[in-house]
Amino acid sequence: MRHFSPREPAAARYRKIVPAGDYWFETIARGEYLRIVDVEGNQAADTLFFSAADTAERYSAIDTLREQGNLYLSTGSKLRSTSSQVLAEIVADTVGRHDTIGGACSSESNTVRYAIEKRTMHACRDSYLLAVTTHERFGLTKRDLGHNINFFMNVPVTPDGGLTFEDGLSGPGQYVELRAEMDLLVLISNCPQLNNPCNAYNPTPLEVLVWQSDVQ
Amino acid sequence: MNYETVIEGGKHWSLSLTAGTTLRLVDEQGGANVGMLFYNPRNPLERYNAPDTLKCQHTFKLTRGHCLYSDMGRIFCSIVADDVGWHDTVGGNANRELVAARWGELAYQDVRNDWTQNGHDAFLVEGGKYGLGLRDLAANVNWFSKIAISDDGSMHFDPTNSGPGRAVELRFEMDTLVLLHTCPHPLNPAASYPRRPVRITIGRAAPVGVDDFCRNFRPENGRGFENTELYRAAGAAEA
Repeated sequence: MRHFSPREPAAARYRKIVPAGDYWFETIARGEYLRIVDVEGNQAADTLFFSAADTAERYSAIDTLREQGNLYLSTGSKLRSTSSQVLAEIVADTVGRHDTIGGACSSESNTVRYAIEKRTMHACRDSYLLAVTTHERFGLTKRDLGHNINFFMNVPVTPDGGLTFEDGLSGPGQYVELRAEMDLLVLISNCPQLNNPCNAYNPTPLEVLVWQSDVQ
Repeated sequence: MNYETVIEGGKHWSLSLTAGTTLRLVDEQGGANVGMLFYNPRNPLERYNAPDTLKCQHTFKLTRGHCLYSDMGRIFCSIVADDVGWHDTVGGNANRELVAARWGELAYQDVRNDWTQNGHDAFLVEGGKYGLGLRDLAANVNWFSKIAISDDGSMHFDPTNSGPGRAVELRFEMDTLVLLHTCPHPLNPAASYPRRPVRITIGRAAPVGVDDFCRNFRPENGRGFENTELYRAAGAAEA
């Protein structure tokens, strides 16, 4: 469901442009709001969440979908962990639908999907691996990289069980906003994919904004 | 070799299978569910990846011709036979709280091995035998179960999807650690805890030819086989 946020960018405690092919890996506190903006449109924000207090509690697509009984994420979706705890809730969404079954691209899956010779092209999972190995203090490794959310991606299922990658419902300036329900580590790969028409073969920047909790 | 066993409903098991092995599952009574996860026993950081499996083959359901991919672009196993037509890999697992809320919890203390186990704990127990834990869980396959998706995205369990004697057969393309359980699908709305046995047969596959159905089912699968064959031929260097 499309729902606009009352929060003004000028009041944000943090703003950062994340170029395509780069990652954003930061902590946000319980009660804070995180907005991800699709600055130029049809970009994919491949996003993972971890409980900062216990990183084994990480975003779980299957637990999130099972509990909401719906394949798509939007306003009101509670993002759950591997033990079904609520990590965050989507509180605003100007797009209306986000994917969490398409996963993140990797150089290995690119060899299967497109051509063996694509194996050296940059991919989200390379960004994830650089993020977790660069930030050793967070204690994460490859085994912690579960199935992500693809904010701004539209991956509908057909009645006969097909999967389609539709042109995005998103556009320039569209955003999704979440409220952290516990202290979180958030890892975003701004997708560098050059082989998929869903971003018109043109990966573009995202903007990340954080507002402090409005509860004293 | 040929080996056959029956796993009762609501139980779990694990086994390590070599490339060229077949694993046949039979829904003995109808309405079975088999949760399954796959890891590379040589390096368990390589594991079944449902999103890659689905997007590589442009499918939401799994059936004959589909291959189950690891996160490294390789194929753990191919579905070489299937008379069900739709198997789920998005619905995930029930956990203890869900089982208790929907069907009531039967404790081991009271009912011994008729206790109401759940898929989440089943995978933790079986994975723990190989040093795997909560951090290693992934979206699993649910053999014999179908989740239909409405236009608005709502998920619907189809209780008529399988029936007595229906079978699915996997052929392993690389050495694979298999974790499995026969606990209920989390979206099964049955009035009481569903407990359905599954017959499991392990055998040997014929060599995979160039005209193999799964290899040729999609152009992507040809490349998946190419990656897997490279690993089997030269993979000792990665050990």
